Amino acid sequence: MDLTVEWGQVHALLGENGAGKSTLMNVVYGLVRADSGEIVFDGKAVRIGSPQDAIKLGIGMVHQHFMLIPPLTVAENIILGHEIATGPGVVDVRHAQQEVAVLSKKYGLEVDPAVKVQDLSVGIQQRVEILKALYRGARLLILDEPTAVLTPQEVRGLFDVIHALVKDGAAVIFITHKLAEVIEVADKITVMRRGKVVATTTPKESNQAELARLMVGRSVLLRVDKTEAKPGQVLLTLKDLTVQDDRHQVAVDNVSLEVRAGEILGIAGVEGNGQNELVEAIVGLRMPRAGQIKLGERDITHASTHSTLEAGLGFIPADRHRMGIVLELPVADNLVLSRFDRPPFARFIVRAFDAVREYAIKLIKTFDIRTEGPEQLAGSLSGGNQQKLVVAREIGTQPKVLLASQPTRGVDVGSIEFIHRRLVEERDNGMGVLLVSSELDEVLSLADRVAVVYRGRVVAVFDQKEADRDRIGLLMAGAA
Amino acid sequence: MSRALRQRLFAAVFIPVISVASGFVVAGLAVVVTGSDPIAAFTALFQGAFTNPRAFPETLVAMIPYIFLGLAVALGFRAGLFNIGAEGQFYLGAIFGVLAGNSLHGVPGIVQIPLALAFGMLGGFIWAAVPGLLKARFGAHEVITTIMLNYIAFQLTDFLINKGPMSDKHSTAPRTPFIDPGAQLPIIISGTRLHLGLILALLAVPIVWFLVQRTTIGFRIRMVGFSQGAARAAGISVAWTLVITMGISGALAGLAGADEILGVSHYMPSSFSVGYGFDSIAVALLARSNPWAILPSAFLFGAMRNGAAFMQFQTQVSSDLISIVQAIVIMFVAAPVMVRWIFRLREVPVGGIQITQRETAGVTRET
Repeated sequence: MDLTVEWGQVHALLGENGAGKSTLMNVVYGLVRADSGEIVFDGKAVRIGSPQDAIKLGIGMVHQHFMLIPPLTVAENIILGHEIATGPGVVDVRHAQQEVAVLSKKYGLEVDPAVKVQDLSVGIQQRVEILKALYRGARLLILDEPTAVLTPQEVRGLFDVIHALVKDGAAVIFITHKLAEVIEVADKITVMRRGKVVATTTPKESNQAELARLMVGRSVLLRVDKTEAKPGQVLLTLKDLTVQDDRHQVAVDNVSLEVRAGEILGIAGVEGNGQNELVEAIVGLRMPRAGQIKLGERDITHASTHSTLEAGLGFIPADRHRMGIVLELPVADNLVLSRFDRPPFARFIVRAFDAVREYAIKLIKTFDIRTEGPEQLAGSLSGGNQQKLVVAREIGTQPKVLLASQPTRGVDVGSIEFIHRRLVEERDNGMGVLLVSSELDEVLSLADRVAVVYRGRVVAVFDQKEADRDRIGLLMAGAA
Repeated sequence: MSRALRQRLFAAVFIPVISVASGFVVAGLAVVVTGSDPIAAFTALFQGAFTNPRAFPETLVAMIPYIFLGLAVALGFRAGLFNIGAEGQFYLGAIFGVLAGNSLHGVPGIVQIPLALAFGMLGGFIWAAVPGLLKARFGAHEVITTIMLNYIAFQLTDFLINKGPMSDKHSTAPRTPFIDPGAQLPIIISGTRLHLGLILALLAVPIVWFLVQRTTIGFRIRMVGFSQGAARAAGISVAWTLVITMGISGALAGLAGADEILGVSHYMPSSFSVGYGFDSIAVALLARSNPWAILPSAFLFGAMRNGAAFMQFQTQVSSDLISIVQAIVIMFVAAPVMVRWIFRLREVPVGGIQITQRETAGVTRET
């Protein structure tokens, strides 16, 4: 792909998660090596092998997750690695503070250099990150999803800073998936999808609806053959559910949904709009702040994960490696991960390995898990087969409701097809499926009903027939 | 030989052997630097451990607590817990063992001994379950809390036996009275101090192995040790598993303490343990938390401890020399990358060998 950024401009890089925006910028910043192609900076072809190279050239990057040391002061964080010494091993703190003060005044980045970073709000911490880049002489500043963690007021402040920077002749690359911000702040817009540039435009020539269409794309739909759903009784009920994230912010905001037997309810949304918290609340890994969750007739709002699974929930976690499987354990053990302690897999407290093995062989066959055998360690399977293992385990228990979170992430096409087919099959057999996916294609091709989430709210629910991809794309991006 | 098998062999045999050998080389250099003869020192160490009269049975006597304690620490590793508190739990086991061994008189050993040992286990269990609970409830790191509880155990012992409620009023030395003769563990080879505890320790190895590898409790422990996230998602209570693991670990350490009282000293002196519990961390590391491997590991440490005194007596080389060997062993076992680097070993099992004892070295992780 090609990308040209000019001095004195804000260049927005727009695309869904996984479109390749961050990867591209990591190449520019020297964190990732490009397989081929070249980078021309200021008219010269350059080789950027490490962030040090990038910094030397005058490229600065503010990552989505800040790289600050909380117990150190603002000034100390900023000069870290570029300290001025008054004597051997003695850092000239006062001088550093003065320099930082000068810089922050110049760009309106007000921050007290003597305060410890841990005492600052997220918005101010971001200023410190920007100051750090500027202090190191950055003239091209890359901001990776800078507004994701900011309040609207802080976003305003950030935009002022960006304007001040470009007025001063610097260039800013602004990575985002938020359409409104792009229109507001960018001079030039590049839209990426699946690692390719699909359009380069300007805010004047374009509008939010067009950008959304470009971003979501009209890629080949993953075809899933399925008949019309025959929804039965309600199996999973979410009523006025409110859940907080780890920072005690409301992540799921008053959500009410129902999943019926024999239907797939898909949740579409850009990642980070409360899906994880919603999933965790249903599974019992996170206690909701308000509302109710019912599985069948049973109230599981405050139930532990153990009793939730017991009550008839199957759970395919989004993070396969961290939550789905135990890499260090054999395939067979992984297939009974939540049922190892009951008959026939255990007698009293002694595990029955024959029964586990027999069951594993059966599932390996039914779900076409490519493995050397039940004793092979799960960690040495391919990603697709690991995921099929998880799906096999969760479907194998024949739950009433299957909660599938990003069920095909990082999985090869063959496995995707297989997993999709299985989900539809289980639906036809009367299981209720709640599918959470940031792949819009996946949701659109699988779900019988689509709920769109934005900032923790369900902003719309469509029947599959009336689900319009552009409209959903817009809703996902918060441009209702 | 398959690649996986080679890696396992490398991790399980080669690294420990090289670590111990290097430990002796470095210790030998230290002897040279201090102006003594390392050959003479190590010869004396060997004689003191094996060939002197009654040396070998004494090595076995010293090995007994190392087996129990090594198993205790290894079990913690399996759940990803670093139980530094084995020493304190060892003390508590001893205190509880003395209490029980002192309370019944004229009752046969078949009643007294199991009771006293069970009491010792209870003491260790309580002392270890506390850090387990603190970790489960408040996230307090077990390394910190177990170290703190070690000091409390030492001071508590001091208080109890030094003119305290458990001190022997007829003795000038700070110690408890002797336990009832009926509570003493029988000697299994007459003329030596080798007692029934050896048999118990040898039995404990397969029991712990069975617990870890064959029971649902062991599976829970390993699952939590490997991946707390996956354990949670599978509906396992990580908190309770940590408490239980610490409890069992502590019970094993407490058993070691009670066994030492019942089998060797028959009373609680003021300097009771001299570091058995701390050494056992190295015992478990060297064994890579494998219950069977605890046996040779404990044997080595028992031999070193037993031979060191004779070495010091014979050659004036301080018995602290053993600590150098132990330190090098820990460094090497905990840092296999360093071993490979120093010895220029090419084949590097990616994924690494971790002190928490993964089933197999070299699980390839996808990124």
